[in-house]
Amino acid sequence: MILVIAEQQGGTLNRASWETVAAAQQAGGPVKVALLGTGTDAAGAELAGAGVAEVLLVQAPALESYTLDGFVAALAQIVASERPGDVFLPHTYQTRDFAPALAVRLGRALVTDCVAIKRTDGRLLFVRPVFQGRLLADVAPAGPALVTFQIGAVRADSVTRGAAPAAIRIVTAAVEAAAIRQRPEAPFREAKQAVDLSQAERIVAVGRGIKDQDKIALVQQLAEAMGAEVGASRPICDSGWLPMDRQIGSSGQTVAPKVYVALGISGAIQHLVGMKGARTIVAINKDPEAPIFEIADYGIVGDLFEIVPALIKELQG
Amino acid sequence: MKIAVCLKQVPARDWQPRVNDQKTWVRDQDASFEVNEPDAYALEEGLRLKEKLGGEVVVCSAGPPRVSHALREALARGADRAIHVEDETLATADAFAVAGALASAMRDEQFDLVLTGLQSDDQGSAQTGVMLAELLGIASATIIMEVDVQPGALRVKRELEGGWFQWMALPLPALLTIQSGINQLRYATLKGIMAAKKKEIRKVAPPAGLSSRQQIVSLYVPEKRKHTEMIGGSAADAAKTLIRMLRDEARVLS
Repeated sequence: MILVIAEQQGGTLNRASWETVAAAQQAGGPVKVALLGTGTDAAGAELAGAGVAEVLLVQAPALESYTLDGFVAALAQIVASERPGDVFLPHTYQTRDFAPALAVRLGRALVTDCVAIKRTDGRLLFVRPVFQGRLLADVAPAGPALVTFQIGAVRADSVTRGAAPAAIRIVTAAVEAAAIRQRPEAPFREAKQAVDLSQAERIVAVGRGIKDQDKIALVQQLAEAMGAEVGASRPICDSGWLPMDRQIGSSGQTVAPKVYVALGISGAIQHLVGMKGARTIVAINKDPEAPIFEIADYGIVGDLFEIVPALIKELQG
Repeated sequence: MKIAVCLKQVPARDWQPRVNDQKTWVRDQDASFEVNEPDAYALEEGLRLKEKLGGEVVVCSAGPPRVSHALREALARGADRAIHVEDETLATADAFAVAGALASAMRDEQFDLVLTGLQSDDQGSAQTGVMLAELLGIASATIIMEVDVQPGALRVKRELEGGWFQWMALPLPALLTIQSGINQLRYATLKGIMAAKKKEIRKVAPPAGLSSRQQIVSLYVPEKRKHTEMIGGSAADAAKTLIRMLRDEARVLS
């Protein structure tokens, strides 16, 4: 049996939870889904519509808001009582926070950020990107493992539905509020984002390849000539060369423009998840083996500082 | 405050990884190495906290002999001393083994605060920090954007997804994984480099029976799933061709 740990916020399931259910169904064998938190009745009923054996609503007053200690304590109990084979989780920030501690507590392997499953010689191998997405590794865990799936690795709409709703069982976890060391405050947003890139039709995005803050102006000129918004990969915003609200990727905005021009962006997975929905992707990079070319429709291998001025000239000419 | 910063030495970002003959790891004999960039932010944060609050910064790393270069660089940037869990097998070990090696070397030091980057640029598992905290029996929090030290406790700002954040209190001792970009990195000064030569790097053997819980059985270059029209020629020719294709073929420019 594969146990899926679904994730909810304020009673709403995220899409990554469905993707993880789909991954478990594709891996084969019976699937159970556990959902932690309070006020999860509606989300539990939704999950019960999927073709799974059972939905467990894991409840305790101390699980009302997410904490690392609370989730590890509750899930260690669930894994001990349900005795699943592998445990599948979405590779969200929340999972990244608690899963390594849970793996140590359970003495299990943790394989993170998987993009596919292979079955060979009766065992499962998990495929994950390594070396900044330049290589893929087939990973064999020793024994039953915890496995996290990259957002978008499996399609959420490929979840098979059950003939009848699955049984829902409420499990009360013994989680002592006093034993939880993290005291979270309410989540908040920084001052309203000045730029909403999610609606932009054209985006020119810049990455490490720009090398020099003074060269950002060149990117802005190209964007202007194309009628595009300027975006950036994380390192550019980390350096303060462009404001944080220009950042595209897992920790920034998710965009889906008609055309996305990636300048000097190597294509680390954290960036790709934010822009791979673009209709047409142009990659310009000096490294012919940069992973960005894997998903590009048009590619130019060369020097940004020659090609970008040539593009501006061509557009203005 | 007694601060530990755990860092990894990884192949340089601009090195193109090649798969070895066994297809289980990269040909790292050909690589140049550097401090894992996310860990550099953790080091910077540790140094800033020490400058504000006093105490010491101890850099810790688990890896083969070459790792001493990365530790020496951290000492040159201002760390006070280093602990090196040295073993060839740690170069390819998983996070569980690395965390186990670090925990056994760090346990007796009784650090108040342990900082690490949020993931490594090689295996990218994003696990070692939180596993280490669990092995040391201390509280942890991940993807931290701001650290505020209070008497016996911390108040930290966690990054959540989609532009959300959250403040959180936790008791000391604690481990934090630091988000890249939390600070501006400093570089080693000549004076720092000279001073680092006299600083201690304590070498420790990993505990017996340490092993990875997962194994790479095959390593390969991703198969291309999309047809990419590669445009060659001079910069001017390539620019002309690309703009024509974006206008006439993709129809995304007017």
